[in-house]
Amino acid sequence: MAIPINVADDEEREIVSPVTKETPDTNGANSRVTIAAESLDAYFGATRVVRDISFGVHTGQVTAIIGPSGCGKSTLLRCLNRMHETVPTARVEGEVRLEGQDIYGAGISATGVRRHIGMVFQRPTPFPTMSIRDNVAAGLKTLPRSDRPSKSDTNELVERALKRTALWDEVKDRLGASAIALSGGQQQRLCIARALATSPKVLLLDEPTASLDALSTQRVEELVYELRAEVTIIIVTHNMQQAARISDRTVFMLAGEMIEYLPTNAMFTAPKDPRTEAYITGRFG
Amino acid sequence: MTAPTMARAPRRSTSHRSYRDMLAASTARTLGRRRIVSQIMIGLTCVAAVVATLPLLFILTHLAKQGAASVNWNFFTKMPVPTGELGGGMANAIVGTGIILVIASLIGLPIGMGAGLYLAEQRGTKLANVVRFLSDVLNGLPSIVLGIFGWQLLVRPFKHFSALAGGVALAAMMIPLVTRATEEMIRLVPVSMREAALALGYSRWRTSLSVVLRTALPGIVTGALMAIARIAGETAPLIFTAFGNSFWSLSPTQPIAALPMQIYTYALTPYDDWHAQAWAGALVLLGLVFIISVAARFATRSRFGLGGD
Repeated sequence: MAIPINVADDEEREIVSPVTKETPDTNGANSRVTIAAESLDAYFGATRVVRDISFGVHTGQVTAIIGPSGCGKSTLLRCLNRMHETVPTARVEGEVRLEGQDIYGAGISATGVRRHIGMVFQRPTPFPTMSIRDNVAAGLKTLPRSDRPSKSDTNELVERALKRTALWDEVKDRLGASAIALSGGQQQRLCIARALATSPKVLLLDEPTASLDALSTQRVEELVYELRAEVTIIIVTHNMQQAARISDRTVFMLAGEMIEYLPTNAMFTAPKDPRTEAYITGRFG
Repeated sequence: MTAPTMARAPRRSTSHRSYRDMLAASTARTLGRRRIVSQIMIGLTCVAAVVATLPLLFILTHLAKQGAASVNWNFFTKMPVPTGELGGGMANAIVGTGIILVIASLIGLPIGMGAGLYLAEQRGTKLANVVRFLSDVLNGLPSIVLGIFGWQLLVRPFKHFSALAGGVALAAMMIPLVTRATEEMIRLVPVSMREAALALGYSRWRTSLSVVLRTALPGIVTGALMAIARIAGETAPLIFTAFGNSFWSLSPTQPIAALPMQIYTYALTPYDDWHAQAWAGALVLLGLVFIISVAARFATRSRFGLGGD
């Protein structure tokens, strides 16, 4: 498929990948790192909600962030695409490197960063005034004029994004209809499609199944599992079974600190820290 | 951690049960009395609800009775005639009201919507708080004061009354209404919608305009129409500004006739024929306001269609 955006994307990956290979893997695995936090602190006013966190997220993997309510996992996630700073009084210190480049560096625009790092929220957020098609294409319209796909390319990208989220067959006959008419689960998959349409390098999921029923949750989980080949995924979840089912690596956070960061298997079978063990065996949280 | 909880649990549930028994007993004792009080209160509020709509019903029936006879084709197409002559209409006043409303809307809607967008987006800033307060004060000003404002601003410097001055006076009246409606509607757009747009790489202004404002638009249109309906019947701001005109005029720089003023003028005369015309004018004005209100209702309805959950 010779779509301009993807060409540009592939080129960028090729250029950048040697750099990321040089980035030391803090966890000693062999895999490449797409996005990494370096001594990251996040504040709301004077309150420090994320405390000195450093970790690298591996390319093509699903990384889950778990921890009790209020431990700062959502805030950590929102630091990774500069959404944290959209809240008044919120502030970030430290570095986040996307393929080696600090997204908080001088001259880097937040909007530019967010085009490369997609995000899906707890509740589905389709734009109510837009059709299904326009919702998926919404992110493409923010691209710089030179990168903006033509109308037919946009249609193709929309179709591809909807197919990747297994929504195409359900909506292909009503692309012009309001996105509000879809069910909650469909709306959430639409939001994932919308985030994927601009071919981001990283996809951040902030408790994406928290407002969905069991069946819709299962579909989203399957989707996340399949998408890992194409995009690096970080998922915040309340649900430890979900983290165990779909993630390759898991971060456990407590009171703003990263307690442990292990391959998911090891995390759930042989955690090193007693606090992790206490949490995953259900003794608190 | 688990042991003490287990020990406490049974005791708690016993006390819980006895509390429920107590509650049931007291409920039975007072149930009859509370039912009666409830019925009385529902009855009183029902009476209040009916009384609240009575004035409108009286006005409507009276207007219809008095005005209907004089509302005919001539009323809409003919000019006013001098005293003594029978017939004639208010064509110039109907068109004049239309022109003044267009001028007021052209000035008042963009300023009001812009201010509302600012107040909603820059909620906590000092300027926003000051503007919100002043807008409420402006909303509370007597309408005659706005007429004097229009006179001072556009009549005195040019030495003559004009439709433009009338439009400006009504715009000043409209701005706080539109500002408030816009702010309220934008605040109803969930933060999650804003965040979704920002996370897609939308800039702040683009998020405000193409997502937030667009989502709130049906509600804002409703608010704008209600504001237009509200100022359509205003007389006082026009007395010093548009002044009135017994001749045909479409010029924004000349004095112009308007329905409310024409009603006022005719009602003060001793002539039965002009009284009838005034009643007819009132009925037409009411019809106009009614049509705008119904249009506003329809705009609201489409908002519910878009509102999602």
